[in-house]
Amino acid sequence: MKAGVIVFPGSNCDRDLAVALERASGHRPAMIWHKEVSLPRGLDLIGIPGGFSFGDYLRCGAIAARSPICRAVVEFARQGGHIFGVCNGFQILTETGLLPGTLMRNANLKYICKDIDLTVETSNSAFTSAYRRGQNIRIPIAHHDGNYLADDALVADLQSQDRIAFTYRENPNGSVAGIAGVLSENRRVLGMMPHPERLNDPALGGADGAMLFRSLVENLVAA
Amino acid sequence: MKARVFITLKPGVLDPQGEAVRHSLGTLGFDGIKGVRQGKVIELELAETDAATATTRVRAMCEQLLANTVIEDYALEIAE
Repeated sequence: MKAGVIVFPGSNCDRDLAVALERASGHRPAMIWHKEVSLPRGLDLIGIPGGFSFGDYLRCGAIAARSPICRAVVEFARQGGHIFGVCNGFQILTETGLLPGTLMRNANLKYICKDIDLTVETSNSAFTSAYRRGQNIRIPIAHHDGNYLADDALVADLQSQDRIAFTYRENPNGSVAGIAGVLSENRRVLGMMPHPERLNDPALGGADGAMLFRSLVENLVAA
Repeated sequence: MKARVFITLKPGVLDPQGEAVRHSLGTLGFDGIKGVRQGKVIELELAETDAATATTRVRAMCEQLLANTVIEDYALEIAE
């Protein structure tokens, strides 16, 4: 699996994401600066990391979503490419329109940083196939703006199309329907607030996140 | 000419920050506040001299960047 990780000014999980992808795939991802206008050839996956791109100015992810590289990322998605956005990466994906809904300030107005229990809602995606539907996993969150907002019609669509990837077992931030991660219509773009790359090694206290990267390798190497 | 863009949350979108401000005003003794909604104002200095053209362009800026039209409304003011 050949992966690329986009790096914005203010990204701070780009190296963690690259390490997780390299451990799973054996290939070091290409690190792609936001000013690039095109992607390296032959990528199977683009990772959009967490952090505070452009200082969260205007809205979280808003400036990054209009950066030169994001045109190429949107085009990559149109051609059926797989894209994985974590935390600020999820916010950026909603700002580009590749994922529906938006992420608002946490309902309690606090920055929340802790390990949290999630339910895997679908194993039907390249990101989640190594998990079992209904599986309880523990992954850290670290965000101020993770309160997923979608109107009733969109939530109904996400549910009926099996596009909710993860939910919180105890809703930390006010997200509608406890949504922690969503898939695009073609199931090839995933955005999630929790950080699987941060619990990717038992030495760090858990490895529930590693299965997501293993899923990607299993699905995208065969593809 | 100058443009002023007012960005507000759409009706029905919960505004936890506005709610916190309302609560804090209550703590200061300002009672009778039924609701607070927080938004933002963006001021632009434009080289454009035609008001109609400026309005069209600023509207496009709002649609493409300044507002997240999933959750936000915007209003414009154009001045000499």
